[in-house]
Amino acid sequence: MEKRVVFRSAWLPYALVAPQIAITIVFFFWPAAQAVWYSFQLQDAFGLKTQFVGLQNFAALFKDGNYLESFKTTALFSALVAFFGIAISLLLATMADRVLRGAMAYKTLLIWPYAVAPAVAGVLWAFLFAPSIGIVTYVLRGFGVDWNWIIDADQAMLLVVIASVWKQISYNFLFFLAGLQSIPRSLIEAAAIDGASPFRRFWTIVFPLLSPTTFFLLVVNIVYAFFETFGVIDATTQGGPGQATQILVYKVYHDGVKAADLGGSSAQSVILMFIVIALTVAQFRFIERKVQY
Amino acid sequence: MNLKKLAAAMAAAVLCAPQAQAQTEIQWWHSMGGALGEALNGLANQFNQSQKEYKVVTTFKGTYPESMTAAIAAFRAGSAPHILQVFEVGTATMMAAKGAIVPVATVMSDAKEPFDPKAYLPTVTGYYSDVKGNMLSFPFNSSTVMFYINHDAFKKAGLEPKAPKTWKELVAAAEKLKAAGQQCVYTTSWPSWMHIENFSAWHNVPIGTKQNGMAGFDAQFSINSPLHVRHVAMLSDMSKKGLFTYAGRTNQGDAKFSSGECAMFSGSAGAQAGIKKAAKFDWSINFIPYHDDVKGAPQNSIIGGASLWVMGGKKPAEYKGVAKFMAFLSKPEIQMQWHTSTGYVPITQASYDLTRKSGFYDKNPGADMPVKQLTNKAPTANSKGLRFGNFVQGRTVIEEELEAAFSGKKDAKTALDDAVKRGNDILRQFEAANK
Repeated sequence: MEKRVVFRSAWLPYALVAPQIAITIVFFFWPAAQAVWYSFQLQDAFGLKTQFVGLQNFAALFKDGNYLESFKTTALFSALVAFFGIAISLLLATMADRVLRGAMAYKTLLIWPYAVAPAVAGVLWAFLFAPSIGIVTYVLRGFGVDWNWIIDADQAMLLVVIASVWKQISYNFLFFLAGLQSIPRSLIEAAAIDGASPFRRFWTIVFPLLSPTTFFLLVVNIVYAFFETFGVIDATTQGGPGQATQILVYKVYHDGVKAADLGGSSAQSVILMFIVIALTVAQFRFIERKVQY
Repeated sequence: MNLKKLAAAMAAAVLCAPQAQAQTEIQWWHSMGGALGEALNGLANQFNQSQKEYKVVTTFKGTYPESMTAAIAAFRAGSAPHILQVFEVGTATMMAAKGAIVPVATVMSDAKEPFDPKAYLPTVTGYYSDVKGNMLSFPFNSSTVMFYINHDAFKKAGLEPKAPKTWKELVAAAEKLKAAGQQCVYTTSWPSWMHIENFSAWHNVPIGTKQNGMAGFDAQFSINSPLHVRHVAMLSDMSKKGLFTYAGRTNQGDAKFSSGECAMFSGSAGAQAGIKKAAKFDWSINFIPYHDDVKGAPQNSIIGGASLWVMGGKKPAEYKGVAKFMAFLSKPEIQMQWHTSTGYVPITQASYDLTRKSGFYDKNPGADMPVKQLTNKAPTANSKGLRFGNFVQGRTVIEEELEAAFSGKKDAKTALDDAVKRGNDILRQFEAANK
């Protein structure tokens, strides 16, 4: 009993998907192709002189020890953002799932930060943690903590991780909550009758059943940490101090937009593109096997 | 019928229309926000009211790097403005873009407008001229880096409220201030501009080869000299002892001083306006400190700020308007108005004299310190300015390495060696792209 819609017309299905394909081509494939093309070129800022330089831009990048360092920074940053983003929102979702009274209010408040633009989130946290005037700085100073992320690399990393995680929690929360609500009550009740503790019920029933959601969020969060956090970084540390928070995508932005080095910046974004493709393939190949649908 | 009349009226309207639009518009993109933007619009309005032929239209395009990026994108799309305000760091990039810009000297001579580069202070002319002495851009808002002290904090620490002249004196004062409980003793805005670029000029040592890059794109950085290393090592040591608080790469230091948090501070001459408004203490503006065992120091400081570049590919009539506007901006009384209302340095000798005669400096003590520091001595090859390709990236590299030194992650020598190595890579890249 397979239900299938069959188009009689030969062109109608194509016409219907055409707008989506057009948008994908214009906004995704075209710029990506342009980035690949520019990455083989050396151009002055105004585009007056263009030379084809082959792989020279790439060679220059891999010779640059700081660029390689930026990989490590990005890996650390993404791992922290993905782990804490998922862990905290899972905790919040399980808590919110149990709330009986005022559940709507909790949920709304938890979803709220998702509407905030990354740059705004960055400014918000930068104000709270500002070295001279921040409220949190003031409190920390009361505890004897010398808080100055302008010069302390670890504190700077902590700040951008906090701001990025905070921004992403809402999104993760929504998916976890939906996942939790689709777990049959009977399973949990049966386990409870068998005498399983809440802790055990969570780890042996709830968490495995949430694994498709968790896996999906892992992919999304890593992509988020790789690409979308640059607004947060630009509004707070701008990659500093030194290069402590210089993640790959921020360097693409700095070199391409601020410093008008199109060739170098394009080469970086091509590398970034390959990393994300590789990561996604790897995740689907190796991690997905352990996921129970 | 009235048809004939109507037709005549319409014909007249058609004929008149071009005349009504005959006013040539000159687009000016700038980066002056707030009070500075108002002062800038004031200049444009004055010019627009002084004549009927041209109309200068100003547009605020965000920070300096933002307006430059916007103009580059606009140029690529064929819709660049006539006049673009570019910060000093972008000078080499603009200069190299031969097809994108028209040298100001050419614009002025083509329009037969009077223009005398010698009217400007030598430190200003040098910064914006090519090796042959042709002015490439029109100097507009110039400042330099100054040294400010909080008199109340000095008195509280039992010190005479007099600015330390040398770094040795500064460290001695810093230790006393620290001992008296001052939380933040010394801070700085614009670390590379102050502690590398102006530091080099002030001590008459090169920032780079080829006259600080002015004589060719094949220059190399030379900021890892023993004197530079010694200075950065001193600052790192001060940072470790809590005598120097690093505030960030731009002007974050300004607020730390004007709020009273820091007792000593080096920052732009343009910071005066903000300090005047916010400071609830007695303060003074002074020459930046120097190392007294360096021969010839102090030399003169170099300018920062921005100049106006004329973009290429416009109509001759429009260039005439641009030339007229720049001739207007060169007038001593206009220069004086800009200087006194903004705090930027008076960049022509005539406007400096005029301002002095007006008694402005008697009423505003210290307002002439920046000019005095800029003209302390006749500029040398090391102190007339700098011109390094893609210095937006270059400065970032220097600041990253300074941060590594100040936080104790690298020693001063390693940090500056790395800055030179990475900076030179950027210069070679720029050289290759602009062959």
